[in-house]
Amino acid sequence: MSAEDFGFLLALLLNGASIGLMYALIALGFVLVYKATDAINFAQGEFVMMAGLVAAAVLGPDGTWLIVAILVTLAVMIGFGFGLERVVLRPLLGRPVVAVIMATIGLAAMLRGLTPIVFGSATQGVPLPIGDEPIEIGPASLPPIQVLGAVVAILFFLAFSWFFKKSRMGVAMRAVADNQQVAQAMGINVERYFAIAWAMTGVVSALGGIIWGSMLGVDIQLALVGLKVFPVVILGGLDSIGGALLGGVIVGVVESLAAGYLDPYVGGGTKDFAPYVLMILVLMVRPYGIFGRRQIERV
Amino acid sequence: MFHREAGIFKTTYAADMALYPLPIAKWTVAALALLFVVLIPLLFAEYYLAILNLIFIAVVGALGLNILVGYTGQISIGHGAFMSVGAYTAANLAVRLDLPFWITLPAGGLMAALIGVVVGIPSLRIKGLYLAIATLAGQLIIEWTINHVPAISGGAQASIQVPRPDLFGLILNTQSRLYFFLLFFAALAIVATLNLMRSRIGRAFIAVRDQDIAAEIIGINIYRYKLLSFAISSFYAGVCGVLYTYYFGIANYEQFQLIVSIDYLAMIIIGGLGSVLGSIFGAIFVTLLPIVLRLLLENVGSLVFSESELANVISGTRLAVFGALIIFFLIVEPEGLNRLWRNVRNYFRVWPFSY
Repeated sequence: MSAEDFGFLLALLLNGASIGLMYALIALGFVLVYKATDAINFAQGEFVMMAGLVAAAVLGPDGTWLIVAILVTLAVMIGFGFGLERVVLRPLLGRPVVAVIMATIGLAAMLRGLTPIVFGSATQGVPLPIGDEPIEIGPASLPPIQVLGAVVAILFFLAFSWFFKKSRMGVAMRAVADNQQVAQAMGINVERYFAIAWAMTGVVSALGGIIWGSMLGVDIQLALVGLKVFPVVILGGLDSIGGALLGGVIVGVVESLAAGYLDPYVGGGTKDFAPYVLMILVLMVRPYGIFGRRQIERV
Repeated sequence: MFHREAGIFKTTYAADMALYPLPIAKWTVAALALLFVVLIPLLFAEYYLAILNLIFIAVVGALGLNILVGYTGQISIGHGAFMSVGAYTAANLAVRLDLPFWITLPAGGLMAALIGVVVGIPSLRIKGLYLAIATLAGQLIIEWTINHVPAISGGAQASIQVPRPDLFGLILNTQSRLYFFLLFFAALAIVATLNLMRSRIGRAFIAVRDQDIAAEIIGINIYRYKLLSFAISSFYAGVCGVLYTYYFGIANYEQFQLIVSIDYLAMIIIGGLGSVLGSIFGAIFVTLLPIVLRLLLENVGSLVFSESELANVISGTRLAVFGALIIFFLIVEPEGLNRLWRNVRNYFRVWPFSY
């Protein structure tokens, strides 16, 4: 392998890893909810799209009120998380997994239908004051928004790791996830923690929406990013925060390698395809992901 | 004749499993047959027949998905893709080899069944969420493959023009001619599903749904039945795809995207999981909903929205109403329209002396 080839490979790897961390940022929201409430959120991409639209609407084309926009987006998404848990998820407690999956698919359809009516269907920008001068890291040059996304994802990862291991709330949330009845017997308000978990997903989605929106522009297509969540969480394991990070990086790198090496032969588009093939293979070999906890079923 | 039973007087299993539980059931079927075969095609205009045709096609697809989701308890978000497999198989056979519909139709179904089994293989090890995601991956991979392999998709815009089906020299190129063609397949699908669910296989499906480990213990080979369920269900989906292709006269992957899979899931949830009548109700409801919404919004919406916005508003409202209905039925009436119908029927069965 010549030096030039090696540089190309390294550039692909770095680019893939930074995109992958941004996927991990979205996947974190999914993992948080699953970890605490055992609910599966098929509307994660729509959450991100909605956050992006709110941010774009407050920010306007000039991007003057950045702090206000971030705060408003956070507030809206937290409120949305709370409300959603109360109205949709709580009545479905104890119902089969398929019911929750279908309810979130319905929610996704609803958000996709309503947001263009409320916010208009044109693509909107989320201008952030970080410039577009690419940042050179070795042979790769990354757009600053990707670097910012990667940094935010890592910060969230550290914060949530601390939260679940050390804080009182995090420990309680783990107890709820482990066994709802026992947790209730220990005096933990299970419903409150469910609501908090959804609100936390709202926080992650808010920042995900701002960053992804700033990179791609916000319109209904942004929700498609949510489809990338599934390979990420399957690879990493559904309830593992570290797994989401690693799964994100794997998916990002695989995508980037596929785009770099396969696209010239098959005429493009392998980027959207390779992660799913990888995911199917992993499902065949390790059905519960790399870090997922194996469930034992009893009759 | 026109009476219902005052209790359950069945003394044999055969009577319990009969296709017509009461004499009145035969009369109902006869009346429906008269209505659909004679009255409707005589009285309805071409436009309404076109809508009915769409409903017939949707009934086939919804029944297939209900066999998998409602009766066997396996979830699939890939049925849109299975339909596209059937559609493109039939379109390629019809265009390249010039084969008639009675070969392309089963061929499309069988090809879809084959692909469905392949996508269903993960169901042997995983279920619930993981299966949902695996079938979602199947949907995206099939969509991508059709779109990127010109040998399948026919190159330009991944669409193939298909000649209209030819029935003993009669070319089915108008809605009223297609009506009988599609009615036949819808009726066939309904009868086939009813009979399938009375058989050993159908009972095995239900056992797998209710508790697969327990089913295995009483001697049901769950691997075989899960794959069989995927095969049968995707066969229906493939046939549904072929019918769409003949209906529109074109096979186009855009008719079979992820949103179609969700439409069909919506049909069986709104209609009622694990019920033939529910699948029919769901297919009618979901097919009529956008048509009624468009009518409503074109009349009322033009007061609020400008002409250019209206198209967006209509498609958006359709999606939003869909989503809301799925959530509503899941929370309020998990057994769907079928249950509502039964409630109404049971009320009138003893009316006016409901004690």
